[in-house]
Amino acid sequence: MLRPEAARVVLRLDGITKRFGKLVANDAISLSLHQGEVIALLGENGAGKTTLMNILFGQYTADEGTVEVFGQTLPPGNPRAALDAGVGMVHQHFTLADNMTVLENVTLGTQPLFAPRLDRGAARDKLARLAADFGLQVHPDARVGSLTVGERQRVEILKALYRDARILILDEPTAVLTPQEIDDLFATLRKAVKLGLSVVFISHKLHEVMAISDRVLILRHGRLVAERPIAEVDKAKLAALMVGSEVAAPKVEQGRPGAVLMRLQDVTTPDRGSAPGLNRVSLALHSGQIVGLAGVSGNGQAALADLIGGLIRPATGRLDLNDAEMQDWTPRKAVQSGIARIPEDRHKTGTIAEFDLTENAILESYADPPYSRAGWMSWGVAEAFTRQIIDTYDVRCPGPGTRIRLLSGGNMQKLILGRVLEKAPSIILANQPVRGLDIGAVNYVHSQLLAARDRGAAVLLISEDLDEIMALSDVIHVMSEGRLSPGFARGSMTPAELGVWMAGQGFDEAETAHAS
Amino acid sequence: MDILEILLSASFWTAAIRIASPLIFATLGELICERAGVLNLGIEGIMVAGAFAGWMAVYSGTGLWMGVAVAMAVGMLFGLVHSLLTVPFGLSQHVVGLGVTLLATSLTYYAYRLALPEVTSPPKIDAFQPYEIPLLSDLPLIGPALFSQTPLTYLAFILVGVVAFVLYRTPLGLALRAAGENPSAVAAQGLSVTGIRMGAVIVGSGFMAVGGAFLTMSAFDSFFFEMVNGRGWICIALVVFGAWRPGKALLGAILFAAFDALQIRIQQTPLGADIPYQVFLMMPYFLSILALIVMSRRAEVPAALMVPFNKGER
Repeated sequence: MLRPEAARVVLRLDGITKRFGKLVANDAISLSLHQGEVIALLGENGAGKTTLMNILFGQYTADEGTVEVFGQTLPPGNPRAALDAGVGMVHQHFTLADNMTVLENVTLGTQPLFAPRLDRGAARDKLARLAADFGLQVHPDARVGSLTVGERQRVEILKALYRDARILILDEPTAVLTPQEIDDLFATLRKAVKLGLSVVFISHKLHEVMAISDRVLILRHGRLVAERPIAEVDKAKLAALMVGSEVAAPKVEQGRPGAVLMRLQDVTTPDRGSAPGLNRVSLALHSGQIVGLAGVSGNGQAALADLIGGLIRPATGRLDLNDAEMQDWTPRKAVQSGIARIPEDRHKTGTIAEFDLTENAILESYADPPYSRAGWMSWGVAEAFTRQIIDTYDVRCPGPGTRIRLLSGGNMQKLILGRVLEKAPSIILANQPVRGLDIGAVNYVHSQLLAARDRGAAVLLISEDLDEIMALSDVIHVMSEGRLSPGFARGSMTPAELGVWMAGQGFDEAETAHAS
Repeated sequence: MDILEILLSASFWTAAIRIASPLIFATLGELICERAGVLNLGIEGIMVAGAFAGWMAVYSGTGLWMGVAVAMAVGMLFGLVHSLLTVPFGLSQHVVGLGVTLLATSLTYYAYRLALPEVTSPPKIDAFQPYEIPLLSDLPLIGPALFSQTPLTYLAFILVGVVAFVLYRTPLGLALRAAGENPSAVAAQGLSVTGIRMGAVIVGSGFMAVGGAFLTMSAFDSFFFEMVNGRGWICIALVVFGAWRPGKALLGAILFAAFDALQIRIQQTPLGADIPYQVFLMMPYFLSILALIVMSRRAEVPAALMVPFNKGER
């Protein structure tokens, strides 16, 4: 590693301020990046990391401040200029066209728009050379829509490299990857640094920041609050700097499993478009136990969640609740049987944005007493229930009449949590319950799930975040292409071992072993 | 067998190709718009405006090709209106499209009455005449069908190749297809989604207008109200039928036209005496719907079709 003082400054942000209405997303942020350096931009959701990088890349225009790349000041609000200056950005949400090939995606915008024809030969050569140099193997003629998430990310990186990027910005690049894919990504980044590139790595995962970066910059509420060489910090210090105070994750004790509340036996459901259905899944949910479901998203988790929630039924196999087979399984029956759902997407399926808190709080039970009687709504009762949730779960809001879209993600999730837990459910389906929440809210949601478990509820926790799964679950299953791994007891597997299952390899071995 | 006899006659295929020509122009126009992510329901009205503008220009004394250019320009003007409202302003593409159709149709009828207040039957022009391509037109069956048409028909077929080439073989086509699939991919490369989409709608609308002009300048030699008669809507279906690909859309247009030509001829057979003629009129539409159901089940809609793009939003 080069000593920062000795190396050339390739990127300098000076006094960047950006306001969205009253919200100050970036408050006078200054930073510099040296050649061959990896800096990490660490902060919670909403701390302003992505906004800052979008300003650097010219997708937003800063209200104040300048961006300087290789000594040249960039004109504001012009992605083209940033690209030409050698800045390449790998967006959190990939900017790829699914119906086009890798080669077409990579060459998009690199040749003059009105050139008489696309030069594929030269593009193909350059792509092959880059793929070899950086260890990014992707078939140039594969349709992007048919690639895995990890491969798509390689295409995004290749896109930047193809344009001769000297500075790579990666926005939450590991969020969708398996542990092995993360290792591959880090290997690629190390190669890039060796070849003289510089990297800005945006993340809120502490161990990744520790693993890859030379220097870490911490953003909080739009301010740059700390800047440290990585050698001088550890994970606990980073967490404290990120949140502004010492944080303690809830202490997790081993659950005491009781009776089986729900059992799936050899359940198969049809595939849905590109997402697989369930493939002969057997699973038991015990009272007083958290079952964690790990896996890269799009491997059948949605089908399992929909099955438990009553949105789909088993095509083959059976679904038992309290040892009785469920016929004509519907969402209504699921709710009435004491199954509570924390939906994967709180905006799309968890709440109705334009409805107020009260209306959202009774979405699943509006037709039942005491909220309605003989076809008439009892708004007074509903509002009292909502106030109770607001008080108990510390939902910060002006009142129950507030439209829910005005709430922050964390407060919205607390309302959903309250709606779910106040019913004292016997089975809780928690699908990505902390996605996009800040650490305080994450710890709160986790401690509530643990408390529900200790009361005797069966919890199924679905998450892409392996750390979350490993911290909370008493038993861990991995899903891959609709198949479910055997259950692994708490602490019996390392992330790398789980990663093998996430990549789908363990299944074949298990099947072979089973067959022989 | 009567129908077989019809299908093997050169005059039948000549008619089918002639009927297909305006559909080819307009379908290509719609295809370009949709590939860039904009549904253009202004197509029906733009065809009416094109039909009138081209014919009126020739009637006023310009040459035939100048008439085609005038029609194209008028179509592009309506395309500009449509794209301004749908792309930078992001208004509903359905509502704007229907609005453009109504606007273009009524403006055309108004202009017709202004230009020709006294006439009871519209005047005729000297329309495009069939041009027999030497040697090729002597081939049996396909000679008269494909190589004894008017120059505008030849242009339609050439345009299919040009559009396919631009879409699949040039950087512009790449950017256009990406704008209809994932506009943020285009923006992330520093290109203007707004510019590409507006350009596509304007050029596409120009082609639609030429499709309309074919009716007054090549198929017939005069302008009538209601002469476009739903052809624009058929072209919207043809784009889906063709799975957003120019070659397949061409096949679809010819297939539809063949049904249309067939029903006219069946009406004149003994069969036509027994069955009400409305049944035959309905046939091409009925068969199109059937073909659409069969053909387009696995078609891939451009993912960002009808999704407005706002810079700076995630």
